[in-house]
Amino acid sequence: MWLTSKIKQVLMVAKPGVVTLKYPFVPRPAPENFRGQPYWDHHKCIGCGGCASHCPARTILVRDLCQELRVMVYDGSRCTYCGRCADVCPEKAITMTDRYELATGDKNDINETMELFMATCQRCGRCYDHETTNAIDKMTRIGYKYDNLEMRAVLPVSSEQFDMKLYEKTEKFKRPEKMGE
Amino acid sequence: MLSTIAKKVFPRSLWVYHCNTGACNGCDIEILNVLTPYYDLERFGMKLVASPRHADVMLVSGAVTRPTLSIVKKAYDAIPSPKLVFGIGSCAVGGGCWFDCYNVTGGADKAIPVNFFVPGCPPRPEAIIYGVALALGLVEKKSAPIELKQMEFPIDMYERNKAWEDRNVIYELLK
Repeated sequence: MWLTSKIKQVLMVAKPGVVTLKYPFVPRPAPENFRGQPYWDHHKCIGCGGCASHCPARTILVRDLCQELRVMVYDGSRCTYCGRCADVCPEKAITMTDRYELATGDKNDINETMELFMATCQRCGRCYDHETTNAIDKMTRIGYKYDNLEMRAVLPVSSEQFDMKLYEKTEKFKRPEKMGE
Repeated sequence: MLSTIAKKVFPRSLWVYHCNTGACNGCDIEILNVLTPYYDLERFGMKLVASPRHADVMLVSGAVTRPTLSIVKKAYDAIPSPKLVFGIGSCAVGGGCWFDCYNVTGGADKAIPVNFFVPGCPPRPEAIIYGVALALGLVEKKSAPIELKQMEFPIDMYERNKAWEDRNVIYELLK
Protein backbone atom coordinates (compact mmCIF):
# COMPACT_ATOMS: atom_id res chain seq x y z
CA MET A 1 0.00 0.00 0.00
CA TRP A 2 2.76 2.39 1.02
CA LEU A 3 4.81 1.48 -2.02
CA THR A 4 1.93 1.92 -4.47
CA SER A 5 1.14 5.37 -3.11
CA LYS A 6 4.80 6.34 -3.53
CA ILE A 7 4.80 5.07 -7.11
CA LYS A 8 1.63 7.06 -7.74
CA GLN A 9 3.35 10.14 -6.35
CA VAL A 10 6.36 9.65 -8.59
CA LEU A 11 4.13 9.24 -11.65
CA MET A 12 2.17 12.33 -10.69
CA VAL A 13 5.36 14.34 -10.38
CA ALA A 14 6.84 12.95 -13.59
CA LYS A 15 3.78 13.85 -15.63
CA PRO A 16 4.38 17.63 -16.01
CA GLY A 17 8.12 17.16 -16.42
CA VAL A 18 10.64 19.86 -15.59
CA VAL A 19 8.98 23.23 -15.14
CA THR A 20 11.99 25.18 -13.93
CA LEU A 21 13.14 27.99 -16.21
CA LYS A 22 16.67 27.83 -17.54
CA TYR A 23 16.74 31.57 -17.22
CA PRO A 24 20.27 32.92 -16.88
CA PHE A 25 21.48 30.60 -19.65
CA VAL A 26 18.45 31.05 -21.91
CA PRO A 27 17.26 34.62 -22.53
CA ARG A 28 13.76 35.45 -21.39
CA PRO A 29 12.28 38.62 -22.88
CA ALA A 30 9.92 40.72 -20.84
CA PRO A 31 6.19 40.62 -21.64
CA GLU A 32 4.51 43.30 -23.70
CA ASN A 33 3.80 46.64 -21.97
CA PHE A 34 6.54 45.91 -19.44
CA ARG A 35 8.10 49.07 -18.12
CA GLY A 36 11.84 48.68 -17.90
CA GLN A 37 14.60 51.22 -18.03
CA PRO A 38 13.40 54.52 -19.54
CA TYR A 39 15.33 55.73 -22.54
CA TRP A 40 15.61 59.25 -23.93
CA ASP A 41 15.53 60.05 -27.60
CA HIS A 42 17.87 63.01 -27.67
CA HIS A 43 16.78 64.01 -31.17
CA LYS A 44 13.18 64.44 -30.09
CA CYS A 45 13.73 65.99 -26.67
CA ILE A 46 13.07 69.74 -26.44
CA GLY A 47 14.37 70.05 -22.90
CA CYS A 48 11.14 71.25 -21.31
CA GLY A 49 11.81 69.38 -18.06
CA GLY A 50 8.28 68.03 -17.72
CA CYS A 51 9.64 64.59 -16.89
CA ALA A 52 11.76 66.08 -14.12
CA SER A 53 8.84 67.86 -12.52
CA HIS A 54 6.52 64.84 -12.71
CA CYS A 55 8.92 62.18 -11.44
CA PRO A 56 7.70 60.93 -8.04
CA ALA A 57 11.16 59.85 -6.93
CA ARG A 58 12.84 62.91 -8.48
CA THR A 59 15.23 60.77 -10.48
CA ILE A 60 15.55 63.24 -13.36
CA LEU A 61 17.61 66.32 -12.65
CA VAL A 62 17.80 69.27 -15.02
CA ARG A 63 20.85 71.42 -14.96
CA ASP A 64 21.89 74.30 -17.19
CA LEU A 65 25.63 74.30 -17.62
CA CYS A 66 25.50 77.56 -19.54
CA GLN A 67 23.07 79.51 -21.66
CA GLU A 68 23.14 77.06 -24.54
CA LEU A 69 23.75 73.74 -22.84
CA ARG A 70 21.23 71.87 -20.74
CA VAL A 71 22.22 68.62 -19.06
CA MET A 72 19.57 66.19 -17.92
CA VAL A 73 20.64 63.43 -15.57
CA TYR A 74 18.60 60.30 -14.94
CA ASP A 75 19.57 58.75 -11.63
CA GLY A 76 18.45 55.16 -12.16
CA SER A 77 19.20 54.02 -8.64
CA ARG A 78 15.94 55.24 -7.17
CA CYS A 79 13.71 55.01 -10.25
CA THR A 80 10.47 53.14 -9.57
CA TYR A 81 9.73 52.56 -13.29
CA CYS A 82 6.28 54.09 -12.99
CA GLY A 83 6.38 55.46 -16.55
CA ARG A 84 5.04 58.91 -15.72
CA CYS A 85 7.92 60.59 -17.53
CA ALA A 86 6.90 58.77 -20.71
CA ASP A 87 3.28 59.78 -20.16
CA VAL A 88 3.88 63.49 -19.73
CA CYS A 89 6.50 63.90 -22.46
CA PRO A 90 4.93 66.17 -25.11
CA GLU A 91 7.28 64.98 -27.87
CA LYS A 92 7.18 61.27 -26.89
CA ALA A 93 10.94 61.39 -26.43
CA ILE A 94 10.96 58.96 -23.49
CA THR A 95 10.19 55.31 -24.08
CA MET A 96 10.05 52.64 -21.44
CA THR A 97 12.25 49.90 -22.85
CA ASP A 98 11.94 46.24 -21.92
CA ARG A 99 15.38 46.10 -20.34
CA TYR A 100 15.23 44.72 -16.85
CA GLU A 101 18.64 43.08 -16.45
CA LEU A 102 20.08 46.07 -14.68
CA ALA A 103 21.86 44.43 -11.77
CA THR A 104 25.29 45.92 -11.20
CA GLY A 105 27.96 46.33 -8.63
CA ASP A 106 28.19 50.03 -9.35
CA LYS A 107 25.29 52.45 -9.12
CA ASN A 108 26.60 54.66 -11.93
CA ASP A 109 25.94 51.91 -14.47
CA ILE A 110 22.20 52.60 -14.49
CA ASN A 111 22.49 56.36 -14.88
CA GLU A 112 21.82 58.26 -18.07
CA THR A 113 22.99 61.71 -19.02
CA MET A 114 21.75 63.76 -21.92
CA GLU A 115 23.17 67.03 -23.21
CA LEU A 116 20.82 69.28 -25.11
CA PHE A 117 21.82 72.20 -27.24
CA MET A 118 19.45 75.04 -26.46
CA ALA A 119 19.74 77.87 -28.95
CA THR A 120 18.76 81.19 -27.49
CA CYS A 121 16.01 83.38 -28.86
CA GLN A 122 17.35 86.64 -30.19
CA ARG A 123 14.53 88.65 -28.71
CA CYS A 124 14.07 87.33 -25.21
CA GLY A 125 17.38 85.53 -24.62
CA ARG A 126 15.72 82.33 -23.47
CA CYS A 127 16.32 78.89 -24.84
CA TYR A 128 14.65 76.88 -27.50
CA ASP A 129 15.70 73.69 -29.15
CA HIS A 130 18.12 73.62 -32.04
CA GLU A 131 17.00 70.51 -33.86
CA THR A 132 15.06 70.79 -37.09
CA THR A 133 12.22 68.56 -36.01
CA ASN A 134 10.97 70.93 -33.35
CA ALA A 135 9.09 74.07 -32.51
CA ILE A 136 11.44 76.54 -34.19
CA ASP A 137 10.96 74.78 -37.48
CA LYS A 138 7.23 75.13 -37.14
CA MET A 139 7.71 78.79 -36.28
CA THR A 140 9.65 79.47 -39.47
CA ARG A 141 6.86 77.94 -41.46
CA ILE A 142 4.38 80.29 -39.80
CA GLY A 143 6.53 83.31 -40.62
CA TYR A 144 9.02 83.88 -37.84
CA LYS A 145 11.80 86.22 -38.99
CA TYR A 146 15.39 86.19 -37.86
CA ASP A 147 17.20 89.43 -37.08
CA ASN A 148 20.20 88.74 -39.32
CA LEU A 149 20.71 86.44 -42.23
CA GLU A 150 23.69 84.62 -40.79
CA MET A 151 21.68 83.25 -37.90
CA ARG A 152 19.03 82.29 -40.40
CA ALA A 153 21.64 80.18 -42.14
CA VAL A 154 22.90 78.52 -38.99
CA LEU A 155 19.95 77.89 -36.78
CA PRO A 156 17.76 75.37 -38.58
CA VAL A 157 20.66 73.02 -39.20
CA SER A 158 20.51 69.74 -37.36
CA SER A 159 23.46 68.28 -35.54
CA GLU A 160 24.51 65.94 -38.34
CA GLN A 161 24.91 68.77 -40.82
CA PHE A 162 26.42 71.33 -38.48
CA ASP A 163 28.68 73.67 -40.46
CA MET A 164 31.71 74.94 -38.63
CA LYS A 165 32.40 77.76 -41.10
CA LEU A 166 28.93 79.17 -40.84
CA TYR A 167 29.19 79.04 -37.09
CA GLU A 168 32.47 80.95 -37.11
CA LYS A 169 30.89 83.65 -39.22
CA THR A 170 28.32 84.30 -36.59
CA GLU A 171 30.79 84.62 -33.74
CA LYS A 172 30.88 88.36 -34.10
CA PHE A 173 27.20 88.36 -33.37
CA LYS A 174 26.84 89.04 -29.67
CA ARG A 175 24.63 86.50 -28.03
CA PRO A 176 22.29 87.59 -25.22
CA GLU A 177 23.85 86.87 -21.87
CA LYS A 178 22.54 85.89 -18.51
CA MET A 179 21.83 88.54 -15.93
CA GLY A 180 24.73 89.19 -13.62
CA GLU A 181 27.47 88.16 -16.00
CA MET B 1 38.80 14.73 2.75
CA LEU B 2 35.05 14.89 2.20
CA SER B 3 35.00 18.62 2.86
CA THR B 4 37.70 19.32 0.24
CA ILE B 5 35.79 17.26 -2.33
CA ALA B 6 32.59 19.08 -1.44
CA LYS B 7 34.33 22.43 -1.80
CA LYS B 8 35.47 21.50 -5.31
CA VAL B 9 32.18 20.01 -6.45
CA PHE B 10 29.92 22.67 -4.97
CA PRO B 11 31.77 25.98 -5.16
CA ARG B 12 30.09 29.11 -3.98
CA SER B 13 26.94 27.77 -2.42
CA LEU B 14 25.61 30.95 -0.92
CA TRP B 15 23.28 30.84 2.03
CA VAL B 16 20.99 33.78 2.10
CA TYR B 17 19.65 35.79 4.96
CA HIS B 18 16.69 37.90 3.95
CA CYS B 19 16.45 41.20 5.77
CA ASN B 20 13.37 43.40 5.34
CA THR B 21 14.28 46.93 6.35
CA GLY B 22 10.95 48.60 5.88
CA ALA B 23 9.97 47.35 2.44
CA CYS B 24 6.38 47.23 1.21
CA ASN B 25 6.57 43.39 0.83
CA GLY B 26 6.64 43.67 -2.96
CA CYS B 27 10.31 42.79 -3.15
CA ASP B 28 9.89 40.14 -0.42
CA ILE B 29 7.22 38.38 -2.45
CA GLU B 30 9.50 38.41 -5.50
CA ILE B 31 12.39 37.02 -3.44
CA LEU B 32 10.18 34.18 -2.23
CA ASN B 33 8.95 33.72 -5.79
CA VAL B 34 12.55 33.20 -6.86
CA LEU B 35 12.85 30.27 -4.46
CA THR B 36 9.79 28.48 -5.86
CA PRO B 37 10.24 25.54 -8.29
CA TYR B 38 9.44 27.70 -11.33
CA TYR B 39 12.37 30.09 -10.88
CA ASP B 40 14.41 27.60 -8.90
CA LEU B 41 17.28 29.47 -7.28
CA GLU B 42 18.33 26.46 -5.22
CA ARG B 43 20.01 24.99 -8.29
CA PHE B 44 22.75 27.56 -7.66
CA GLY B 45 23.10 26.34 -4.09
CA MET B 46 21.14 29.22 -2.64
CA LYS B 47 19.20 28.56 0.49
CA LEU B 48 17.19 30.83 2.75
CA VAL B 49 18.38 30.65 6.34
CA ALA B 50 16.77 32.14 9.41
CA SER B 51 19.80 33.38 11.28
CA PRO B 52 22.43 35.81 9.99
CA ARG B 53 25.10 33.71 11.69
CA HIS B 54 24.49 30.89 9.20
CA ALA B 55 24.46 33.14 6.18
CA ASP B 56 26.96 34.29 3.55
CA VAL B 57 24.68 36.71 1.78
CA MET B 58 22.34 39.34 3.12
CA LEU B 59 19.42 40.32 0.92
CA VAL B 60 18.34 43.80 1.91
CA SER B 61 14.94 44.96 0.70
CA GLY B 62 13.50 48.33 1.55
CA ALA B 63 14.89 51.74 2.29
CA VAL B 64 16.48 51.43 5.71
CA THR B 65 14.08 53.20 8.05
CA ARG B 66 15.17 54.81 11.28
CA PRO B 67 13.82 52.10 13.66
CA THR B 68 15.52 49.34 11.67
CA LEU B 69 18.86 51.07 11.14
CA SER B 70 20.57 49.77 14.28
CA ILE B 71 19.11 46.30 13.78
CA VAL B 72 20.35 46.14 10.20
CA LYS B 73 23.84 47.07 11.32
CA LYS B 74 23.74 44.40 14.03
CA ALA B 75 22.56 41.77 11.55
CA TYR B 76 25.32 42.77 9.15
CA ASP B 77 27.93 42.43 11.90
CA ALA B 78 26.57 39.01 12.85
CA ILE B 79 27.28 37.53 9.40
CA PRO B 80 30.66 35.78 9.36
CA SER B 81 33.31 37.61 7.48
CA PRO B 82 33.41 36.79 3.74
CA LYS B 83 30.00 38.28 3.17
CA LEU B 84 28.02 39.80 0.34
CA VAL B 85 25.14 42.23 0.53
CA PHE B 86 22.48 42.43 -2.18
CA GLY B 87 20.26 45.46 -2.37
CA ILE B 88 16.95 44.31 -3.89
CA GLY B 89 14.50 46.84 -5.27
CA SER B 90 14.58 50.56 -5.84
CA CYS B 91 14.27 51.34 -2.14
CA ALA B 92 17.35 49.37 -1.17
CA VAL B 93 19.37 50.62 -4.14
CA GLY B 94 18.79 54.34 -3.84
CA GLY B 95 15.93 54.96 -1.43
CA GLY B 96 13.08 54.94 -3.94
CA CYS B 97 10.49 57.67 -3.54
CA TRP B 98 11.58 58.07 0.08
CA PHE B 99 15.22 58.84 -0.51
CA ASP B 100 15.11 62.12 1.43
CA CYS B 101 12.39 61.44 4.01
CA TYR B 102 13.09 62.33 7.60
CA ASN B 103 12.71 58.76 8.86
CA VAL B 104 14.55 56.99 6.07
CA THR B 105 18.28 56.48 5.73
CA GLY B 106 17.96 56.57 1.95
CA GLY B 107 19.11 53.25 0.59
CA ALA B 108 20.86 50.28 2.05
CA ASP B 109 24.28 51.53 1.01
CA LYS B 110 24.02 54.43 3.44
CA ALA B 111 23.76 51.97 6.33
CA ILE B 112 25.94 49.02 5.26
CA PRO B 113 28.29 48.42 2.30
CA VAL B 114 26.28 46.90 -0.56
CA ASN B 115 28.02 44.76 -3.17
CA PHE B 116 25.29 44.23 -5.75
CA PHE B 117 22.33 46.33 -6.69
CA VAL B 118 19.18 44.89 -8.27
CA PRO B 119 16.95 47.81 -9.29
CA GLY B 120 13.26 47.46 -10.06
CA CYS B 121 10.03 48.23 -8.28
CA PRO B 122 9.70 45.37 -7.57
CA PRO B 123 12.42 43.67 -9.65
CA ARG B 124 11.23 40.80 -11.78
CA PRO B 125 12.19 37.37 -10.45
CA GLU B 126 14.39 37.07 -13.54
CA ALA B 127 16.15 40.29 -12.56
CA ILE B 128 16.94 38.88 -9.13
CA ILE B 129 18.20 35.64 -10.71
CA TYR B 130 20.29 37.75 -13.06
CA GLY B 131 21.81 39.65 -10.14
CA VAL B 132 22.62 36.41 -8.35
CA ALA B 133 24.13 34.91 -11.51
CA LEU B 134 26.17 38.08 -11.92
CA ALA B 135 27.54 37.65 -8.42
CA LEU B 136 28.39 34.02 -9.15
CA GLY B 137 30.06 34.99 -12.43
CA LEU B 138 27.68 33.08 -14.69
CA VAL B 139 26.55 36.00 -16.86
CA GLU B 140 28.06 39.16 -18.26
CA LYS B 141 27.12 42.57 -16.98
CA LYS B 142 24.75 44.21 -19.45
CA SER B 143 24.16 47.67 -18.03
CA ALA B 144 26.47 50.58 -18.69
CA PRO B 145 26.08 54.32 -18.17
CA ILE B 146 24.37 55.96 -21.14
CA GLU B 147 25.55 59.35 -22.40
CA LEU B 148 23.51 61.10 -25.04
CA LYS B 149 24.65 64.22 -26.85
CA GLN B 150 22.83 66.26 -29.45
CA MET B 151 26.04 67.73 -30.84
CA GLU B 152 29.69 68.18 -30.11
CA PHE B 153 30.47 71.76 -29.34
CA PRO B 154 32.93 73.69 -31.48
CA ILE B 155 33.75 75.99 -28.58
CA ASP B 156 34.16 74.97 -25.00
CA MET B 157 30.92 76.05 -23.44
CA TYR B 158 31.68 74.17 -20.26
CA GLU B 159 34.67 76.27 -19.35
CA ARG B 160 33.22 79.54 -20.52
CA ASN B 161 30.53 79.89 -17.95
CA LYS B 162 32.29 78.16 -15.10
CA ALA B 163 31.94 81.26 -12.95
CA TRP B 164 28.20 81.23 -13.42
CA GLU B 165 28.03 77.60 -12.43
CA ASP B 166 30.05 78.13 -9.27
CA ARG B 167 27.84 80.93 -8.12
CA ASN B 168 24.62 78.96 -8.32
CA VAL B 169 24.01 77.20 -5.07
CA ILE B 170 21.05 75.19 -6.31
CA TYR B 171 23.27 73.30 -8.73
CA GLU B 172 25.36 72.17 -5.81
CA LEU B 173 22.23 70.62 -4.35
CA LEU B 174 21.49 68.81 -7.59
CA LYS B 175 24.88 67.15 -7.80
